[in-house]
Amino acid sequence: MSRPGFVLEVDERTPALLMHEGEGFRLEKLPLGSRVVYPPESLPAIRDLDARIRHALLHPLGSEPLPALLKAGMRLTIVFDDLSIPLPPMRTPDIRQRVIEHVLELAAAAGVDDVELIAGNALHRRMTPAELKRTVGERVYRSFFPRHLKNHDAEDRTNLLEVGTTKHGEVVEINKRAATSDLIVYVNVTLTAMSGGPKSVSVGLASYRSLKHHHNVHTLRHSRSFNDPPNSAMHHSYDRMAGVLDEHVKIFQIETTVNNDTFPTQLGFLNKREWEWSLKDQASYLAVKRANDLTPIKRRRQIWHRTAAPYGITSVTAGAPAEVHPVTLGHVLRQQLTEVDGPADIGIWGLPYICPYNVNSIMNPILMMSLGLGYFFNLYRGQPMVRPGGVAIYYHPVRNEFHPVHHPSYIDFYEEVLAETTDPVAIEAKYEEQFATDPWYIHLYRNSYAYHGVHPLYMWYWGAHALEHLGQVIVVGGDRRTTARMGFRAASTLDDALEMAREKVGSSPSITYLHTPPLVMADVR
Amino acid sequence: MILTLEYYRSPSRYLAGRTVTGTRMGGRAAGAFAANMSPLRLVNRPDPSRPGEGWTRVRPLLSGICGSDLGLLTGRNSPYLSAVISLPFTPGHEVVGQTLDDLDGLPKGSRVVLDPVLGCAARDVRPCPSCAAGEHSRCDHVTAGAVSAGLQTGFCGDTGGGWSRMLVAHGSQLHPVPDSLDSEQAVLVEPLACAIHSVRRMPIPRGAGVVVIGAGTVGLLTVLALREYTEAGPIYVIAKHGHQRERARELGATEVLSSDRAARALRRATGGFLAHPERGEEYLLGGVDFAFECTGGSGLDTALRLTRAGGTVLLSGMPNGGVDLTPVWFRELNLVGAYASGGRDFPHALELAQQAPLKGYVDAVYPLSRWREAIGHANAAGRLGTVKVVFDPVRE
Repeated sequence: MSRPGFVLEVDERTPALLMHEGEGFRLEKLPLGSRVVYPPESLPAIRDLDARIRHALLHPLGSEPLPALLKAGMRLTIVFDDLSIPLPPMRTPDIRQRVIEHVLELAAAAGVDDVELIAGNALHRRMTPAELKRTVGERVYRSFFPRHLKNHDAEDRTNLLEVGTTKHGEVVEINKRAATSDLIVYVNVTLTAMSGGPKSVSVGLASYRSLKHHHNVHTLRHSRSFNDPPNSAMHHSYDRMAGVLDEHVKIFQIETTVNNDTFPTQLGFLNKREWEWSLKDQASYLAVKRANDLTPIKRRRQIWHRTAAPYGITSVTAGAPAEVHPVTLGHVLRQQLTEVDGPADIGIWGLPYICPYNVNSIMNPILMMSLGLGYFFNLYRGQPMVRPGGVAIYYHPVRNEFHPVHHPSYIDFYEEVLAETTDPVAIEAKYEEQFATDPWYIHLYRNSYAYHGVHPLYMWYWGAHALEHLGQVIVVGGDRRTTARMGFRAASTLDDALEMAREKVGSSPSITYLHTPPLVMADVR
Repeated sequence: MILTLEYYRSPSRYLAGRTVTGTRMGGRAAGAFAANMSPLRLVNRPDPSRPGEGWTRVRPLLSGICGSDLGLLTGRNSPYLSAVISLPFTPGHEVVGQTLDDLDGLPKGSRVVLDPVLGCAARDVRPCPSCAAGEHSRCDHVTAGAVSAGLQTGFCGDTGGGWSRMLVAHGSQLHPVPDSLDSEQAVLVEPLACAIHSVRRMPIPRGAGVVVIGAGTVGLLTVLALREYTEAGPIYVIAKHGHQRERARELGATEVLSSDRAARALRRATGGFLAHPERGEEYLLGGVDFAFECTGGSGLDTALRLTRAGGTVLLSGMPNGGVDLTPVWFRELNLVGAYASGGRDFPHALELAQQAPLKGYVDAVYPLSRWREAIGHANAAGRLGTVKVVFDPVRE
C-alpha cells in the first residue's frame, strides 16, 4: 500500500530539499514554515500487463469488445501518442508497443488487412524512424514502416478532412485517413490530467485550422487549470469537437496510466522524500551531483535524455472515449493529487531537464517558460498554488540555447517577438498568423524534424494564465539576459529571490514548494 | 613650409600590415598597427604649388578619416589601386577648407568642400567619354595631365591632401559651403555625395526591400540617401553598436539588425527559406531586392547571402577582402560598384546636409600632431560611439 501525498511544513529538523534545475539538481534549505507538497508514493504496477490489456480490449467500457469491431475488409487506423509523453520516455517495451501488438493480433485474427499506424503528433515535430521504432517496437516497426507507419502531417492538405463544425463554430479538421476509417483505435498514455480523452483524436490528428480554436490566449486564460478538465475552457472545446467526431467516426480508445517511478534505481533518491534517504541514497546524491556538475553540458544533456523512466503501468482502460477517460483520470489523480490548504504568497518549482517538446533535444528558454508557467503552474485543482499577484520562483539555468533543427521558429520568436513584447495577447494578434503560415517553417515541419512555426507561440500562450495571475516571476540560477528577455528576473540564490519578492509579498510571505518530479498535482482548497 | 602627414613607399611596412591585419588577432589590433607601423609620417614640406590656371590653394579646416584611408594604412586596400596613385602623398579626401586664392566665381577666403576626384577638367586634358558625360568619377585620365597620377586628392603626390595645412584644388572640385552649414556637417558632404551616388547607381523601384550592411558613416548616410532619393520600401540596417542602431532608426531605417541574426530576421521579413551549407554561413533562398555593402570588408559576403535571386548588390565601401562569388553565379545577382560621386551628387549632398539630422556625427577632432591617436580612434570608432573622426590641421 503506497502512502498518499502530503504537505510538509519546514521546521528546524527538515533537511535541505531536492530541487531540480535543468540538467542538474541541488539541495536547498527552505525558510521555516514553508510548505512542501509531495506526491503520493508510487502506486504498485500491474503485474500481468498482457492479461490486463487483453481484458481491457475484451471487456471495454461503453463499447463492444474490440474483436467484435474488427472485420475483414475494413479500414483500421491505429493512432498513438507521440514522443511528448510520458516524460521521461519510458523503458522499452513501451506500453504503446504492448497495446498495439495486442490490437494487431486481434486485427490479424479478424482478417483486417488495411491497417495504418499514425503518430498523433499534431504540430509537434515528426518522430524519427528510431523514435518510432522505440515506441511501437521492432516487430511492428519492421512490418509497417514506412508505408503504413507514419507521422501525422497537419500541413498535408490532401490528407486532411473537415469533419464538421461545433455549435461554437469550431472547425473540426483531422487526418483524412483516420477520419475515413471504419475504426480508429487510439492508444494513449495519460501522464497528466490534461491528456487523453477527447483531446486524443481532436488534437493529435488535427490541423492548425482546427487547433487554433482552443490553443489560444483566451481559452488558456479561462482554463483554470488545464489539468482540471471540468474547469478548463480548453477541454470544453475538446469535448465539443469530440462530439462532432463521434457523429462521423468510430473511436475505440485505449488509455493507460503510469505510476511515479520516474527515475531509475541509480537515481532512486530523486523518487524519495529527503528525510528517508538511506546512507546509500545520500552517497548516490553526492556522487551523481559531483559527476553531473563536472560533465560538459552537451554530454550531460545526452546522458539525461538517455535515462529512461522505469514506469509501472497502473491502469489500462478501453472502450468509448467518454466512458474510458473518467476512469483514467481517476487513476491519474490517485497517483498525483495532494490536498493543499489554500494558496501561498510565493510558489516554488524546480524545473527539470525535460518537457513534452524537448525529448532528445534542448530545453530552450521558451520551453522553460512553458514548463514553468504552463505545465507546472497549472498542476492544480481548485485554485492556483500562489495567490493572485503572488510570486513564482523557478529554478532553471535558462540558457540561451536552441536546437536548430527542432526549434527553428523558436529562435525567431525569441529574437524577434520577445524583443518587442511578452504580452500573449499582443503576440497572438500580431504574430500568430505570420508564424503559422510561414512557408519555410511549414517546409521544415513537413520535411525536417521541426516543430510547427506556430508552436513557440502556443508555448507562450501556455503560460498566459500564470502571467495574468502572478505579480512577479523570478528564476534562481537563470541567465540574466535570457530571463530578462522573457520579462522575468534572475536571482543567484533563493535568499536573493525572496528579497526580490518582498516588494510584492512583503517580508514574511507564505511559501509553497511543489516537489516535482515525480509529478504531483496540488488540490488547493 | 607646411605640416603634413605623408604616406610614403615602404613595401616592408605595407606587406607587414597586409599580413598582420589579415589574421583574426591582427584584425583586432588593426588600429594599433595602422597608428604605429603603417608607412605614414608627420613631416614639414614646402607649400604645394598650383599646377596651373584654375587652381587654388586650400587651407583644410577639417579633414575626415575615411574607411578607405584606414584600409590604406593597414595594408588592406587592394594593390590594384597602386597604378593610380603617386607616392609619397598626403591622405585626406573628405575636406572642408578655405580657399587662399581668387578663382572665377569663388573669391579667396571662401569656405568650400572638396569633390576629390581628379578628372579631366582638373588635369586639363581632353575630356574622356565619362567626363564628357558628366561622370568624372569614371575618368580614364586619372594618370595623365597637369598633376601626377591619383584617382583623387588624397592619393595624388602633387595636390597634397586634407591631412595637412595646405593642399591645392582645381576650381571644378570646389563647392562653396553655405553659412548655414557648419564645418562639422560640411565635412560629411563628400561621403554623403558618395552615398547619394550609390543609391542612384541602379533604379530602385518603389517598395523595394533594401539592406544596408554596416552603419558607419557610409552606411548611415546611405540610409539617409535612400530615404531622400528613392522610394525604397523597408530598409534594414545591419549594425554592430548601440549608437549606430539609434542613428540608423533616426535616419529612416525600418529595422536594425545585428549581424549574427540578420539572415534569420531578413528571412522572416522578406519570406523565403534559410539554407545551411555544410561549411560557411547560412544564406537566404529569397531575401532583399538590394543590398548596399558599406563596410569595405566582410560585409560583401553577407550581402551576397541576403540578396534574392536576380537582386542587386552595390559595393559602396572599397572592397578589400576575398569573397566567395558563388552566390553571384547561382542567384544571378547583379554586382554593381559605386565609386565616389558624379553629376549633381555633390550639390544635392550640400542641400541634404543642411536638412538632415547630422549634428553630433563628428565628435572626435584631433590635431595632426596626435595622428596616432586619431587613427586608432577612427579604427575603433563604432565601438567607441563615434561616427566620424576628423583632423583639424590648424589646431596645434
